[in-house]
Amino acid sequence: MPKPEEAEQKRVAVEARSIVKAFGQGSNAIRALDNVSVAIRENEFFTLLGPSGCGKTTLLRLIAGFEYPTEGAILLYGDDIAGLPPFKRPVNTVFQSYALFPHLTVSENVAFGLEMLGRSKDEIKSRVAAMLKLVHMEELGNRRTDQISGGQAQRVALARALAPGPKVLLLDEPLSALDYKLRKEMQIELKRMQSETGITFIFVTHDQEEALTMSDRIAVMSKGRILQVGSPWDIYDKPADRFVADFIGETNFLTAAVVDIANSRATVRLSSGKEIPATVAEGMQPKHEATIVVRPEHARAVKKGGQLSGTVENVVYFGTDTHIHIRLEDGSPFTVRQQNARSEFCGFEIGDPAGIEIAADAAQVLRD
Amino acid sequence: MSSAAEIARQTQQREIRNRWLLSAPALLIIFFAAIGPLFVVLAYSFMVKGDYGDVKFGQYSLDGWFSVFFQRDIFDDTLTLADAHLSIFWRSLKLSFFTTLLTLLLGFPTAYFIATRPRNTREIWVFLVTIPFWTNLLIRTFAMQQVIRNEGVVNSVLMWTGIIDQPLQIMFTDTAILLGMVYVYLPLMILPLYASMEKLDFRLIEAGYDLYAGRLQVLWRVIIPLVKPGVIAGSILVFIPSLGAYVIPRVLGGGKNLMLGNLIELQFGAGRNWPLGAALSITLMVIVMVALLFYVRNAARSGAQHG
Ligand SMILES: Nc1ncnc2c1ncn2[C@@H]1O[C@H](COP(=O)(O)OP(=O)(O)O)[C@@H](O)[C@H]1O
Ligand SMILES: [Mg+2]
Repeated sequence: MPKPEEAEQKRVAVEARSIVKAFGQGSNAIRALDNVSVAIRENEFFTLLGPSGCGKTTLLRLIAGFEYPTEGAILLYGDDIAGLPPFKRPVNTVFQSYALFPHLTVSENVAFGLEMLGRSKDEIKSRVAAMLKLVHMEELGNRRTDQISGGQAQRVALARALAPGPKVLLLDEPLSALDYKLRKEMQIELKRMQSETGITFIFVTHDQEEALTMSDRIAVMSKGRILQVGSPWDIYDKPADRFVADFIGETNFLTAAVVDIANSRATVRLSSGKEIPATVAEGMQPKHEATIVVRPEHARAVKKGGQLSGTVENVVYFGTDTHIHIRLEDGSPFTVRQQNARSEFCGFEIGDPAGIEIAADAAQVLRD
Repeated sequence: MSSAAEIARQTQQREIRNRWLLSAPALLIIFFAAIGPLFVVLAYSFMVKGDYGDVKFGQYSLDGWFSVFFQRDIFDDTLTLADAHLSIFWRSLKLSFFTTLLTLLLGFPTAYFIATRPRNTREIWVFLVTIPFWTNLLIRTFAMQQVIRNEGVVNSVLMWTGIIDQPLQIMFTDTAILLGMVYVYLPLMILPLYASMEKLDFRLIEAGYDLYAGRLQVLWRVIIPLVKPGVIAGSILVFIPSLGAYVIPRVLGGGKNLMLGNLIELQFGAGRNWPLGAALSITLMVIVMVALLFYVRNAARSGAQHG
């Protein structure tokens, strides 16, 4: 659970103010970013999450200084950095392709930034050693960059970007080229490095699971806009709109009628005629017709009763849990996910009639 | 009955035979077009010169090689260094070096400019660079003459604007040769440079900027090391023909500012000293090879320093 008081006290490291970024001219201009505002706090592990093409890389490149905003401003610790070229910004990037210098060794790659900053030979030497140690690459300093694996190249890129001690580290899908197991390992490593160095990380990914497990806060993006900013818990449990609910995890969407509303609680009538309580985001004015969401793990399939009923269409076994796909009486699909008890089958087969029991507080009315 | 090993041996032999047969045409061409003539030149350099050119077959002498470096005074028979030859060697080396340097300085930004254009317009630029190749070298050289002669474009414009009141004497100087060679050989520098810059990963340049390298530092520490193969190839392609240039010094340098190519031509023509001409040709080749070895060695070493 986030503690708002504590979070408020942290300084803002990077702030984007009403950023518009258009590529091209006139009628065929692409609005890669469309009025984006976000404040990223000091020492935060902040993630930009969204599908490919939603503008994540563009936002990072604006912060790094490789692109300039068409409108709006980027602030670093309160200062507008519009006039600063990339080599004057205390910000480093871990590129998606790593972009290691092929003509330099691993150590020379890591030393590059420090040399450009004019640090002394001794300082560079000890700093490079410390960075290689941080990423567990002490042994491979003299290797050429084509003599290391993808995972190792990723670590070198990280060490190279961290070596000059940037105020903010930008990471553009750094793990997407790694295989599953290595990716899981690096997720933990990255978290460790972030807390060890105390540097603000701005991390880009299109993988919602990665975002949920690693981030302090997440900004969900779509089509050049930020739809919601919040802790992983906020994003998952209180999605602001249909896109966020759909993009993060699996969700069941139901149409329902709002019967009653008081404070942030509503009573909604499902297609089956049954009424259940649902949460409503603050300041929202539900219409008579509304979409509500229920996460699959917040519902259970039952033989008798339940607030909804339908027919089992498919049963998928996942080891730790089982997904039961049910076609409701009104024709819409609904998935429930239940944990597998030991040596016990879920008890449903394709074609069986099934009821659905929605946990208390599980339903939420969406803003659409 | 032959065993499996026997069959395998026979197959292998057949393959080796086929390989030789298939490469025979290429080997023949290489021998007759490239290596063979060299041996002829080498042999001629050790023969006695004929009275009206040519050589006297079967009569050997070191005179040809001797006169590359030394001359015998006609009056008192004393030996002196062949100053004329040595100054021509020196001029050829000097002009070729500066030609290479200038084409590199001009070609580098040009190639970079082309490589950074949108993909579909790059071909147009490359095409423009190659247009001079459509015209004969002689004509291009005369075109240069029109530009730099006393009544030429450069002098006319300078005099008209009042910057000078006497025409600059550019024709028949080393400068004229240098200008002509830079103009003629520039495309040979641009094309290999462009070829390696086109392959350049521009994200590496961004990485350089990201790591606090300014524009000059990115040029020195990232771009140049990465396009070094193009720099080496372009330098070789410009340096070698510059050293042996004949038409350009002949037209723009006049009769006095000879380069090695003209000296060699002189021996086979008016000089009627084929052994000397042959020896000079071999000397030119040796100079080229030594210069290249030196250059490539150095380039490789400075590459090794960087990684
Ligand atoms: N240099 C560019 N020129 C034109 N369009 C671009 C450029 N960079 C990005 N875009 C467009 O902007 C949009 C966002 O791109 P990007 O930021 O790379 O998305 P993401 O990183 O989220 O996948 C895309 O539609 C992309 O085609
Ligand atoms: Mg991207």
